[in-house]
Amino acid sequence: MALLETKNLGISFGGLRAVNAVDISVEKGQLYGLIGPNGAGKTTIFNLLTGVYQPDEGAILLDGVNLTGKKTIDICKAGIARTFQNIRLFGDMTVLDNVKTGLHNHYSYSTVEGILRLPRYHKVEKEMNEKAMELLKVFGLEEYADYKAENLPYGQQRKLEIARAMATAPKLLLLDEPAAGMNPNETKELMDTIGFVRDHFDMTILLIEHDMKLVSGICEKLTVLNFGEVLAQGDTQEVLNNPEVITAYLGE
Amino acid sequence: MKKLRINKTTKNDMITYAMVILAYIVVQVLVSTGHVSSLIQGLLVPFCTYVIVAIALNLTVGILGELSLGHAGFMCVGAFSSAVFSLACKDAMPGGLRFFLAILIGAAAAALVGFLVGIPVLRLRGDYLAIVTLAFGEIIKNIINALYLGVDSNGVHFSMKDALSLNMEEDGLMLIKGAQGVTGTPNDSNFTIGVVLILITLIIVLNFIHSRTGRAVMSIRDNRIAAESIGINVTKYKLIAFTLSASLAGVAGVLYAHNLSTLNALPKNFGYNMSILILVFVVLGGIGNMRGSIIAAVLLTLLPEVLRGLSDYRMLIYAIVLIAMMIFNWSPNAIFFRKRLKQRITAGKQPKKEEA
Repeated sequence: MALLETKNLGISFGGLRAVNAVDISVEKGQLYGLIGPNGAGKTTIFNLLTGVYQPDEGAILLDGVNLTGKKTIDICKAGIARTFQNIRLFGDMTVLDNVKTGLHNHYSYSTVEGILRLPRYHKVEKEMNEKAMELLKVFGLEEYADYKAENLPYGQQRKLEIARAMATAPKLLLLDEPAAGMNPNETKELMDTIGFVRDHFDMTILLIEHDMKLVSGICEKLTVLNFGEVLAQGDTQEVLNNPEVITAYLGE
Repeated sequence: MKKLRINKTTKNDMITYAMVILAYIVVQVLVSTGHVSSLIQGLLVPFCTYVIVAIALNLTVGILGELSLGHAGFMCVGAFSSAVFSLACKDAMPGGLRFFLAILIGAAAAALVGFLVGIPVLRLRGDYLAIVTLAFGEIIKNIINALYLGVDSNGVHFSMKDALSLNMEEDGLMLIKGAQGVTGTPNDSNFTIGVVLILITLIIVLNFIHSRTGRAVMSIRDNRIAAESIGINVTKYKLIAFTLSASLAGVAGVLYAHNLSTLNALPKNFGYNMSILILVFVVLGGIGNMRGSIIAAVLLTLLPEVLRGLSDYRMLIYAIVLIAMMIFNWSPNAIFFRKRLKQRITAGKQPKKEEA
């Protein structure tokens, strides 16, 4: 059974049909790409998957559980984590605290225990620090732990956003244009990071990307969207050689 | 590396605590050697009041990231609820216990009002939130101004009209007399208690910031959408921070009430001027910077007394200072200027920091 399945997913904004009848099925452990020209509805699909928008029709299933109509928080708890097209870090907090905030729902003590610094506070904070540092190490960010997130170089901010998403221990990771604004070197590094995340955490990843080198380099399967509808779907090479896809991207 | 970080925040907190204790010792020494005028001595408890309420508001403005102009209202609730309690139990229990309970009651009452106000208000953002909190602050003050409350052998009476409509027995005790307020509150607060309350407030706020809850609150401040995406319950944590902030403002009110024999809800002490004054403390001291709030609160309370001649222009000067600080802190040009200045100063010291 597929990890993520969307069935006949659709949403309209006023008269505009932004997403129409989209069926995507992502297997566990897959690196799945979602591509398409600007305005094709890629980010809208991410927003539907994470509960930012509610679909007009269709269903979203994660591991067989119906997530349609759930709120963002519940979807995060169900196991979908995401990064954003325009990086959204907690800029004024340290790198370590960014990741610790991601761990929020997995470690718990009450507000009062935190204020009074009861033994549980010290115990849980220590566990959180260890877990967060472990994650930062995986992403090579441990030396920046004390930095304010907004002071990180751009490429590291991307990594931190992925690290924070991974801290929520998701089943599925959504990456929204992770290579946007990166130079070729950074993109290369990012590809390694994404591949590493998949192997190291045994993660299923669905990503939106414009950089064809990245897409053809790491994605196993692709869905191509155009005007909110599925234009082509299948193995990466097959899809990228599809004449219709080439037309949609490059024009006639 | 990790050790260093923990030490750094703890060290920062310790400096703040030490600063308060040091200031307390210095003031006590000056008072006992007779270097402090009676005018300033009378201001010592108000100092503590302003410091506490500034810390409380900084929790809302700096940590939660929402502008509240209603904190004088929460102070008002804390002041009146505790004053009424102290007056009613004046002879029933010893002073220390009574004041301790009064603080708890003031904090609880302000927290309750903060919670109730927070439910609708925290749905708004930015300027709208500020305006609505301002309105709630005024509503609270005006309700208390019109409230008559008394207790006699038949129980508690209250009215919004006048004292006569309370229909009290001869032996009844008037607690709140409308615009005349509460008279005869026992004078329980003093400078030492004030400083202890400042320290407790500081410990609560600083520990809160460095806890799991505090991180959740700050993540909402920095990026609400991202906070939601990693499973932070935005409404819940906003309410927790706002309620805590209101309750600490209530504690400031308790201290204020028990320093005066007559407590009125005047525009001067609980009106929006007061709310804005507290905001000036916070902005001038640095948003999110608790130590700065303390220093700003003390300086801005002390200066008008020292510069009595300028008292007519006080609000004018505050407004100018507020505008200047906001430009200095947030104008892109000013930020650029400060960065360049900082670079020039630290150029020789730490050239490596921006690398990688």
